Amino acid sequence: MSPAGKKFEYAPAPESRAVVTLRSSYGLFIDGEFVDTADGRTFKTISPATEEVLAEVTEAGPTDVDRAVAAARRAYQRTWSKLPARERGKYLFRIARIIQERARELAVLESLDNGKPIRESRDVDIPLVAAHFFYYAGWADKLSYAGLGPDPRPLGVAGQVIPWNFPLLMLSWKIAPALACGNTVVLKPAETTPLTALLFAEICQQADLPPGVVNIITGAGDTGRALVEHGGIDKVAFTGSTEVGKMIARSTAGTAKKVTLELGGKAANILFDDAPVDQAVEGIVNGIFFNQGHVCCAGSRLLVQESVYDEVLVSLKRRLGTLRVGDPLDKNTDVGAINSAEQLARIRELSEVGEAEGAERWSPPCELPERGFWFAPTVFTGVTQAHRIAREEIFGPVLSVLTFRTPAEAVEKANNTPYGLSAGVWTDKGSRILWMADKLRAGVVWANTFNRFDPTSPFGGYKESGYGREGGRHGLEAYLDA
Amino acid sequence: MVTTTAVPTLASGPGGLDLAGITASESSLRRFLHGLPGVDQVGAEARVATLSTRSIKTTAKAWAIDLAISMIDLTTLEGQDTPGKVRALCAKARRPDPADPTAPQVAAICVYPDLVEVAAAALAGSGVKVASVATSFPSGRAALPVKLADVRAGVAAGADEIDMVIDRGAFLSGHYLAVLDEIVAVKAACGDAHLKVILETGELSTYDNVRRASWLAILAGGDFIKTSTGKVAPAATLPVTLVMLEAVRDFRDATGRQVGVKPAGGIRTSKDAIRYLVVVNETAGDDWLDPDWFRIGASSLLNDLLMQRTKLTTGRYSGPDYFTLD
Repeated sequence: MSPAGKKFEYAPAPESRAVVTLRSSYGLFIDGEFVDTADGRTFKTISPATEEVLAEVTEAGPTDVDRAVAAARRAYQRTWSKLPARERGKYLFRIARIIQERARELAVLESLDNGKPIRESRDVDIPLVAAHFFYYAGWADKLSYAGLGPDPRPLGVAGQVIPWNFPLLMLSWKIAPALACGNTVVLKPAETTPLTALLFAEICQQADLPPGVVNIITGAGDTGRALVEHGGIDKVAFTGSTEVGKMIARSTAGTAKKVTLELGGKAANILFDDAPVDQAVEGIVNGIFFNQGHVCCAGSRLLVQESVYDEVLVSLKRRLGTLRVGDPLDKNTDVGAINSAEQLARIRELSEVGEAEGAERWSPPCELPERGFWFAPTVFTGVTQAHRIAREEIFGPVLSVLTFRTPAEAVEKANNTPYGLSAGVWTDKGSRILWMADKLRAGVVWANTFNRFDPTSPFGGYKESGYGREGGRHGLEAYLDA
Repeated sequence: MVTTTAVPTLASGPGGLDLAGITASESSLRRFLHGLPGVDQVGAEARVATLSTRSIKTTAKAWAIDLAISMIDLTTLEGQDTPGKVRALCAKARRPDPADPTAPQVAAICVYPDLVEVAAAALAGSGVKVASVATSFPSGRAALPVKLADVRAGVAAGADEIDMVIDRGAFLSGHYLAVLDEIVAVKAACGDAHLKVILETGELSTYDNVRRASWLAILAGGDFIKTSTGKVAPAATLPVTLVMLEAVRDFRDATGRQVGVKPAGGIRTSKDAIRYLVVVNETAGDDWLDPDWFRIGASSLLNDLLMQRTKLTTGRYSGPDYFTLD
C-alpha cells in the first residue's frame, strides 16, 4: 500500500468473496449444458494476486471444438435465425438485466480471476457489460434501419476469441452484437481468465437462452487455433495480440470467413501547454495505470509539450505517490495485480531494456505483496522514438514520456508507430482538438479524457491495430452480410 | 501564449513567483490569473466522484471523525441569534458530547460581529477560537469604510479570525485589482486576527473562476480561502474544494507560504465530511489534515459526527435525542 500521506491510513476495506460460489471444476458449455471434454485435458486457473488456485477448468480439444461448432450451427439453423428479431432482443434484454442483478458477484469474480481492482470491475467493467447487452438488445429488431441495406442477414456461426484484460467486457463486445444480428457463437475466453465467461454461461441458462446459441469453450492457444481454423464457422472475431492476429489473418485468407481483429496499440497521449494540467495528469494516470496498463488502447506514450514538461512531471510524480497498489478486492485499491507470471516477465524484460537503452526509470515508493504477480507503476523519462519502450507494446503499468515542440511534431511522433488504436489530446483549444483528430491515424481520439468507453461509440484500429469496428452502429456490420 | 510564460514560474519553486509584479496593475493581474491552467469541468468532477468511492472503515473512520470534529467552525449566522444561543453553542464547542469527554473540541465558533464579545467570554481559556463574519456579510454590499469598521469591531470584541466576503460584482466584471485591494485593506484591518476570504463559489459559476478567485485571495494575503457564506446555493461542493486545494498546494510549491481551505455550507453528514477529508488527503496531503489548515463550516454536521462516533465506540446507534440541539 502506498497511501497519499502518513496521517490518514485507510483501513483495509475488502469486498466480501462470499457472494461468489466457485465450483471446484468446470466443464465446457456446449448446447446449453456444461459437459465433460471428449479429448481435452484440464488446467488450473489462479488468482494472480495470491497464486491461489481458484478452480480447475477444461482445455477443449479438437473434438470439443467440433461439438461446439455443430451445436452452434444447429441452433442457428433451427432456432435463432428463425426467431422474430424482437424475440432475440427480449433474450438480450433479459441477459442484461440478470447481469445487473448479479453485478456484484461478477465484479468480485472478475477481480479474483483477473487481478484488477474491485473499484474498476465494479464501476467500469460490469456496468459496461450490462450497457453493451442493453444497447445491442435494442438494435435486434431495428437492423433494417442501420444503414446496411433493407434486410441485412446474419452470417451464421461466429468463432470468437477474447483476451484476459477485460474478460467479461470483451465477451459482451463479442456476444451482444453477434446475437442481436441473429448469429450464434462459440467463444473462447483467455486461459488465465475463464471464470466470468463460465458464470456468463450460467446466466444464459438462467435467461432460458435456447441451447447452442452461446457456447463457451475454455482452453489456450491450441483451442483458439482449432476454433478459428474450423471449417464450420462463418466469422472470426479476435481481440488480442498483433502477433496472433497476423496468424489468424493468414489462416483465414482464402476462406469465406469474415474477420474482425482488434489488436495491440501504442497510443500517444498528447499534452499541450494550454491543457488543464490537473485533469490532464488524471488522464495520464487513467490512460496508463487503469487496469494495470493491461489495455490495448492504453496511453503508453506520453507526449508533453516542452514548455510545460517540468511542471507536468512534478505533478505526475506527486500524483503517482497517491496510487494504492495491492489487494484487488480492497475497495480502495487503484492498481491491482499483473495478470500472469508470463506477462510480468514481459513487462520486466521491456523495462530492463528501457533502462539499458538509456531512459531514466522512476517508480513511486510502494510496497508490493510478496506472493502473486506485481509490478510498481513506472515512468520512463528521456525516452526517444528509437527506444524499444516507445515502440513495443508493454501491456503493463509502464509509461514512456517524450516531448515535442509543435503540433506538427506531435502528430508526426504520435503516428510514427505500426499501431493505430487510440490517441489522446489535451488542450483547451477546440480548434486544435479537431485539427489533431483529423491528422492522427488512430481509431479513437479522446479529447481531454482517456480510456472512456461507451456501447454507442465504435472502437477499432488502424494499421497493425487491426480492422473492423466494435460498438455502436458500426459494430453491427461485423456480424451482418450487408 | 500566456500560459507558457506564467505557469513555469509557478513550478520553479520558492521565490519563483514575482508577487509584486503580478499585482502591480490591473492588466498584469489579469494576465496572471487568466494564464493559470484551466480546469476541465468533466475531469474535475470525475476525479472527486472517484475519490468519493473511497471506503473509509473502522480505525480510519474513527480517526477521520475525530479529525472532522476538531476542524469544525461551529456556526450560527441568523438574524434571530441571541447571546443565549451563542453561549449554548460555545458550551457545545468546548465539550461537543456531554456523555463522552474524549470527543475533541471543535476548532472555532463562527458568529456575527455583535455576538463576538459573548462568544469570546464564553470560550475564554478553552482553546476554541472565535471567528466573526464581517465586511457586510453575506452580500458584501457596503462602502469600504463601513466594511473595515465592521472588521475592526469584530477584532476589538475579541475575534481571533475574520471571515470576509469578496466583491463578487467586481470579480465577475473583471475588476480583479479592486477585489485584491479590498482584501489587502481588510487584511490590514484584521491586525493579528486570521483572515478567511469567502469566495462565494456558488456565484462564480465556473471552476476557472474558482481557481482565479482562489489565487486572487491568496495573492492578497488571505490566511484561508473559504467556499461560501452558506446563504447562497450551491454552497460548498467537492469539486470546488478540489480546485481550491489545488490552488493552495500550488501556491505553497511556488512560494513556501501555506494557506488554509474552508468549505462551508451543505456539509451535513459524517459521510460528506469524510469525503472532504479524502479529497484533502489525496490532493494537498498531510500538511492540510490539520485544524490549522482545513476547516469545515457547519452546524448540524457536528451531531451526525457525534452519533457516528458513539456508534463506533459502543457498536450501537443512539437516537438524535441523546445529542444536544442548539
